[in-house]
Amino acid sequence: MRESAFQFDIVIVGAGPAGLAAACAAAESGQRVAVIDNTPWLGGQIWRGEQANPVLPLAREWLPRFLRARVTWLDRTTVIGTGNEGNVRALLAEHPDGPRKIVWNKLILATGARELFLPFPGWTLPGVLGPGGLLSLVKNGWPVAGKKVVVAGTGPLLLAVADGLKQHGANIVCVAEQAARGRVLSLGVQLLRFPAKLAQLAGLKARLAGVSQRYGVWPVRAVGREAVEAVELTDGRKRWTEACDLLACGFHLVPNLELPGLLGCALAHGFVRVNEWQATGAEGIYCAGEATGIGGAEGALLEGRIAGYAAAGQLARARALFAPRAASHRFRAALAGTFRLRPELKSLAAEDTTFCRCEDVAFGRVKAFAHGRAAKLLTRCGMGACQGRTCGAAAKIIFGWEFESVRPPVLPARINSLLAQPKA
Amino acid sequence: MRKAFQVRVNGKPVAVPPGTVAAAAVALAGETRFRRSPQGTPRGPLCGMGVCMECRVTINGRPHCLSCQTLCEAGMEIHTDA
Repeated sequence: MRESAFQFDIVIVGAGPAGLAAACAAAESGQRVAVIDNTPWLGGQIWRGEQANPVLPLAREWLPRFLRARVTWLDRTTVIGTGNEGNVRALLAEHPDGPRKIVWNKLILATGARELFLPFPGWTLPGVLGPGGLLSLVKNGWPVAGKKVVVAGTGPLLLAVADGLKQHGANIVCVAEQAARGRVLSLGVQLLRFPAKLAQLAGLKARLAGVSQRYGVWPVRAVGREAVEAVELTDGRKRWTEACDLLACGFHLVPNLELPGLLGCALAHGFVRVNEWQATGAEGIYCAGEATGIGGAEGALLEGRIAGYAAAGQLARARALFAPRAASHRFRAALAGTFRLRPELKSLAAEDTTFCRCEDVAFGRVKAFAHGRAAKLLTRCGMGACQGRTCGAAAKIIFGWEFESVRPPVLPARINSLLAQPKA
Repeated sequence: MRKAFQVRVNGKPVAVPPGTVAAAAVALAGETRFRRSPQGTPRGPLCGMGVCMECRVTINGRPHCLSCQTLCEAGMEIHTDA
């Protein structure tokens, strides 16, 4: 066990597009900067697998720029809480080699987003994964060549995932998007204002020619014994079954708000509230990227750069990016309207369907309560290893509950990490 | 490209290329059950990004490691809770 302590002008949590752009902006402004991420790689989930040999245009631009920027890269470092002492503000984190304490003067949170999962019968079977999650694993060696995969749920990620999986040799049975075709088409029309996005979509569509793409279709049941063997789909009128080796199902993205919440950042409309400089209400703390709104890598890069410049005191440079950021926010709004969840998705779970996966709490037990707090106290729903990250997000959609309190450690930690107080 | 190396999943040797995560090694070994839920139902990775905790396995004797976030190293011993 080796304890270590670090001190920086600006510390950034999250090495996705927002975090990397913030780091570049701050470091290029002469600040001592560190980026913390709980993974062993740069680029977050969206650029996973790009580090060694970037292919995506934005990754090709930003990963090398980050590596040139003289930023300290604290990988495999999981922030679990705060270690403030007097006026010195610090994060406590866990690294495979031991606990870490990272002292900051300005903090930029680029915690990103995760996929939203909604419970349906069979959703706990091995082989049912999030679409983004499956593609991430495939980029790190998970075998899909020759496997039959159904891609279902909602969001722009579905087509991108189907494309990525197909390139790795998967046999895509179908892509089932819950949003009605009309809504998706109207997004297509709005994309005329965003030529780069339209070109991306055209490329996806061309590569997926011949793959069945259904709109207004969603999963009602996954079937299998030890692992998923088939999925039952519906269009609201009839039901049918598709055999599959893997079901990639997720309902778009929700922001990672646990660390911002622990640090006292206020929320607005379910995201971290920021001002024009990407500053949160909490002193010295900024936020950028998906945690402020789900809008994709381009918008995250802009917000990250603004946060990085603002934290470094380069206000003119930050201000120069306000106009393109405003355009990216218009795209963000269009996305949210298009992929709104249909009400049928709230009632897919049966009485005996597992709702809280960590603690094995059935939907029937949870729904009896009027409030999430009561459900938590009396059933242990949301109190397992994921700390309500999965079922809490579902409970918000299905019941309108908020699992409000965030307490350290914000992720499961070893007892040694909790006992340690490395000295800065 | 660097050469593939060997890890063991429940004692079974699996060759993996560099950049492979432990979860992928488990899948390459043909295992689907990474862990069991409190009531004993089989579970595997869900989120693939260190959030859901469903992919936990024992790595080199240390339990509760997130297999989706851990890169394989030569000689790594991975045990699922099958």
